[in-house]
Formats: sequence, C-alpha cells, structure tokens
Amino acid sequence: MHDPGEVKITIGPQHPALKEPESFLLSLHGEKITASSVRLGYNHRGIEKACEDRTYVQDLYLVERVCGICSHSHSTCFVQAVEEIAGIEIPARASYLRTLISELERIHSHLLWLGVAGHEIGFDTLLMYTWRDREAVMDVLAAITGNRVNYGMNTIGGVRRDITPQHKEMVLKAIDILEERTKYYIELGLGESTLLKRLSGVGKLTNEDVVRLGAVGPTARASGWGRDVRKDDPYAAYAHLDFKVITNDQCDVYGRTLVRLGELMEAYSMVRQILQKMPDGPIAVKAPRKIPAGEAVSRYEAPRGEDFHYVRSNGTDKPDRVKVRAPTLANVQAVSKMLEGGYLADMSIVVAAIDPCFSCTDRLISVCDEDTQKKNTVSWESIRLKGIDWYKNQGIDFTYLNKKLARKF
Amino acid sequence: MRKPGKIAGQLIQSIFKKPATLNYPAERSGMPEGFRGKLKFNPEKCIGCKMCMRDCPTGAIEIVKVGEKKFEAKIDLGKCIYCGQCVDSCMKEALGITSEFELAKLNPDDLKITFNAENTSDSQK
Repeated sequence: MHDPGEVKITIGPQHPALKEPESFLLSLHGEKITASSVRLGYNHRGIEKACEDRTYVQDLYLVERVCGICSHSHSTCFVQAVEEIAGIEIPARASYLRTLISELERIHSHLLWLGVAGHEIGFDTLLMYTWRDREAVMDVLAAITGNRVNYGMNTIGGVRRDITPQHKEMVLKAIDILEERTKYYIELGLGESTLLKRLSGVGKLTNEDVVRLGAVGPTARASGWGRDVRKDDPYAAYAHLDFKVITNDQCDVYGRTLVRLGELMEAYSMVRQILQKMPDGPIAVKAPRKIPAGEAVSRYEAPRGEDFHYVRSNGTDKPDRVKVRAPTLANVQAVSKMLEGGYLADMSIVVAAIDPCFSCTDRLISVCDEDTQKKNTVSWESIRLKGIDWYKNQGIDFTYLNKKLARKF
Repeated sequence: MRKPGKIAGQLIQSIFKKPATLNYPAERSGMPEGFRGKLKFNPEKCIGCKMCMRDCPTGAIEIVKVGEKKFEAKIDLGKCIYCGQCVDSCMKEALGITSEFELAKLNPDDLKITFNAENTSDSQK
C-alpha cells in the first residue's frame, strides 16, 4: 500500500557531496530513509575492452589507471595474474618492493579517507591536518617511483625501479613522523566527543549482512568479519611479514574509522619490517612478450578491500579477456543496507565510509526501456549494424570503404 | 568524561607556525630525482628499432627515418602519460627522462615536439 508520508528523492548523478557520478534513489519518511537503491553506470570507460586491444606491457599502464588512489593495487593484481599464466617466478626483492609500495599506498589512501570523512561530517580541520600529513608519504612515493600517483612500479616479471639507501632513510623518516601523527589521530578519535557522537550508530551494518551482501575490506572488518587477503591468501611478501588483521565490533562508521586508523599503525610496522628483511638481488626477470594460453584469477587486498582480476590469454601478446572487480562493487550493495533506517543527513558520510571509487567500479552500462522497463543484451555485431544504419540515415555511407578495407586485410 | 574541542591545542599551536603550503609559482619545491617528466631523445644513439613505438600505451611517440642511419623522434606531449615505458624499452638508451613537468601550452600544436640532430633537448615546433 502506498504510504502517504513517503517522499522519494533522487540524489545524483551530479551532487555536491559526492565526488563521482552515481545516483541514489531514496524513499524518505520524514527524515528517515526507508528504502534506497544505488544506480551505477555513469562513468563507464570501457577499460576491459580496451585491454584486449593492447599488449600486456601497454595494459600495465591502462590497468593502473582504473583507479587514481589505488593504482598500484590494480596494476599488481593484473601483473600477478599474467605472471601466473606465464609461470614467471619473480625475484624475492621484487616482491618485497611491491609490498613496500602497496603498504605506502595504503597509508596514503587511509589518510586521504580520514580527511574526506572529516570533511563529510563538517570537521574540516581534520581534513586539513590529515592531508598535510599525507604529503609526507606522497613525497616518499614520488621519490621512489617517479610519480605521486600512477607509480608505474610494476612490470611483468618484477618491478622497474630499485630503492637506494637514501630512499630507505627517507621512508623511515616519513614513517616516524606519520606514526606520531596517527597516534594523535587515534587519541583524537577515541577522545573527541563530537567525532564519537557524529559517527557512532551511523550506517549500521551487522555481521550477518556483511556475509550476506559480500562486503569487503575495512567495511567488513569494522563489522567483526576478519577477512583480509593479505592473511588468508598471502601474495607478494606478505607471508614473511608479521601483522594483525584489525577488526572492530562497532558495525558503524565510527568502527570503520578505528579500523582504518589501526591499519595505518599496522602499515607503519610492516614498512619497517619490509625495509629490514628486504633481500638483495635482481629486481626483475625477463618476461616473454607473448604469454602462453591460459587463464588466472588474482586477488589483492587494496586499501578499500579485495580487488579481483581475471585474465585469459590466447597465446598472443594481447590478452583475450580482462575482468576487473574493484572493491567498491562488492561494497555498494552494503551501502543500500546501511542507508536504510538512517537519516538523510547521514547519507554522505555513510557513502563516504566505504571509501567509494565509483569510476573504478563501472564495468557496464544498462539502458532501460522507459515504457516497458525492459532490458536486453545487445551483441557487438548488432551495435555495429545499428551504427552503420544510423550513418546511412544521416546520408553517410561507408559501404564502399568497408569493402575496400575488407579486400586489404 | 569526553569533552569536545580536543583538537583546539593543536589549532593554537598552528597559529604560530608558517603555512604547510608553498606559494607556487613564487616558491618551488622541486621534483625528486628520478621523477618522470618530459622525455629527451639522443638521435645519435637511436638505431630505429621502434621498440618504443611498439610499447607506448598511448601512441605518443613516433620514430621517423630522416636519412641514412638518422632518426628523429616526434613526441606528442598531449598524448604522453609519462609512464617512462619507452625509456625502459629502449635498448640503446637513446630515450631518457627529465624532471621537467610544467608543460602546459595554450595551443595544442605546441605540445607536439620533434627531436632531431639539430634539436636534441628542448626544441618545440
């Protein structure tokens, strides 16, 4: 039955609180959200298809650009899958270097998130401080890899750059500063009553819902679900490192904040261990240009959760299929659940709490018929024929050129 | 008992500190060594194998033969993503990377640069 007090509002695709285009349809009863649905698909870039037209070496840089924040995550995840198909064993030093960049990336991503979360709850002072501190780790990354984001560190068979003793010193110095700052933020998180009151009880997600909806990363760990690919299925050098999986039973945005702060402290200790244990030796092995036919699945714990890549090769220098599942896609169903029962004003912080990356997530556009609400799958060939027809109606005919091209190949 | 305003002490301290930001472009921090900026090309070392063209993810680089064992490189800085893969692919170290990054131009054609025997480092056409 239709509820007379119900109001439906659409937030997005363009909305000042959300930095990326996505749309939320919220049903409100007064100020309370009774139902919500998320709609993605505004930022489809066709990366998976583009990967099929490029060689593995070129794909490294394309895949890296799936996400601007966790670029190393996607690139490592992809390269791990390719190495598995080709049967390449990377040198120990290369795996330690990958792990080092991955942990430094986690530090920068979590500090960035802390600032964004502060901004969403109107605590802009926190945003200014965390982003200032984040510069320390950005400078380190720029010095080691040659760029602040999109590090370009990976290559098939290892890494592209080695670190020098000066770099080591620089990393340790930055880590010392950041550790002290993070301790202060933890103290602030535990002691500042405005933060606690604003964040606790907001965006509730129970442990059962995490399992049912398949949430990953800090979102899942803040609901007491201690899943972490680094521990469960160690890749790179994680098997040799000593670290804890941070969990929390708060099940709300406050818990997610504490989990991320805890992970920052773990990341600092991990970076120190990596620098201490890193063996000497080569940083890359020579990889063939043509990858033998096969398929592989690779998992990686990105700062936002489990990243997943599937690569199928056909024996040429270009992949046959690349599938990317960014962590946000796994978490986006949980957002719907978290919003229900909450207030409209909490919406932006609840969405921000999963550290969303909607552009990374978009892999598909679905167009719905307005009258019949029907969707159907369109094949590549039919899109092509439709395009030819459309141009013909416009008075542009490529039939002659097509025939000429067909003769040429 | 938790009280609000825990960050206040930090705020007061910051009043007496100088800003964390730089007054760019008057002040510059400089790029670290090994920063991936604009490319450089040494035509004397180039053997025209075109491995850089094959590996470039965006097709930003083109090696053209201009004479007997003479090559020039055309680089479109608008297409270049500064990954430095061409430098890695080059077997003769003809390509290199500089830390120059302030490359914005008002005219897109100014982004297309050619390196040849006459202009080895910083020629823009």
